[in-house]
Amino acid sequence: MKQADFLNMILPFKDKLYRLAKRLLVSSEEAEDATQEVLLKLWSKKSKISAYNNVEAFAMTMTKNYCLDKLKSKQASNLKLVHSNYKDENTSLQKEVELKDSVSFVHEIMEQLPEQQKIIIQLRDVEQYDFEEIAKVVNMNPTAIRVALSRARKYIRQELIKTHNYGVS
Amino acid sequence: MELANIENLLEKYFEATTTVQEEQELQAYFSQNNVAPHLQEYQPMFQHFANLKSEQFTRNVPLKPRKNYLKWISVAAVFLLTTGLFFNEWKKQREAEQAFEDFKMTMSLVSESFNTGASHINHLAQFEETTNKIFITENN
Repeated sequence: MKQADFLNMILPFKDKLYRLAKRLLVSSEEAEDATQEVLLKLWSKKSKISAYNNVEAFAMTMTKNYCLDKLKSKQASNLKLVHSNYKDENTSLQKEVELKDSVSFVHEIMEQLPEQQKIIIQLRDVEQYDFEEIAKVVNMNPTAIRVALSRARKYIRQELIKTHNYGVS
Repeated sequence: MELANIENLLEKYFEATTTVQEEQELQAYFSQNNVAPHLQEYQPMFQHFANLKSEQFTRNVPLKPRKNYLKWISVAAVFLLTTGLFFNEWKKQREAEQAFEDFKMTMSLVSESFNTGASHINHLAQFEETTNKIFITENN
């Protein structure tokens, strides 16, 4: 496999790998590192790549495992990842600010989800994978995925409504 | 898109029984500005998912064909080491053989001169014979 072929092959899903890594690792630098690592691993295995029937799912699984390993080693070394988004809030339109705030609030809620649900939400609601594709990546049966997905979505809704009604009720 | 349909889809969405297509409909509904007031609290959620999808991996991955130098270096090192050891052993053996040959030659030289010495000593036997003759005749 030539380098150009490889680049063409990874082109459709390299952003997806990055987004999944970012969802799990939070920091965009680390997500980039993880994606690069996964792509290089894939490149070094290029002679066997034709044997995999679904390279994208395979790469996604690799990314997931790599990120979970990263998180685990980070926990072990007792390093806490702090990531804060500082924003200037100069937007004149009150409404827009509100919407933006709640959008970033959704982000915070998503970060509270357990890893498994984070992965599933990412694959389903952001990348629009169907259940069979998700099953390949997370190695769970579709029913369990459905349950986890429903739980995650309901959690986001519940937390959103909680802040929405904050100070009202 | 009628409102009842959206509400229905939303309900299914939270039970995770919607198809990907239906979820795309929901996404489309919430990405426009005309959202029914009682559904607006869901808007940030879908908006956030749409935002997340726009993130891109921009780094260039250095795809150098990673040559396995280390492998070949180790092979060469092992080869050198074994030939070196073998050569060393062979040299030692040669030295030992050489020393043995030298020793053999010296010894044969020694034994040769010893033999010539010994052959001169043979004359001494004459004394014994003659003295014996003398003593034997006296005794008789």
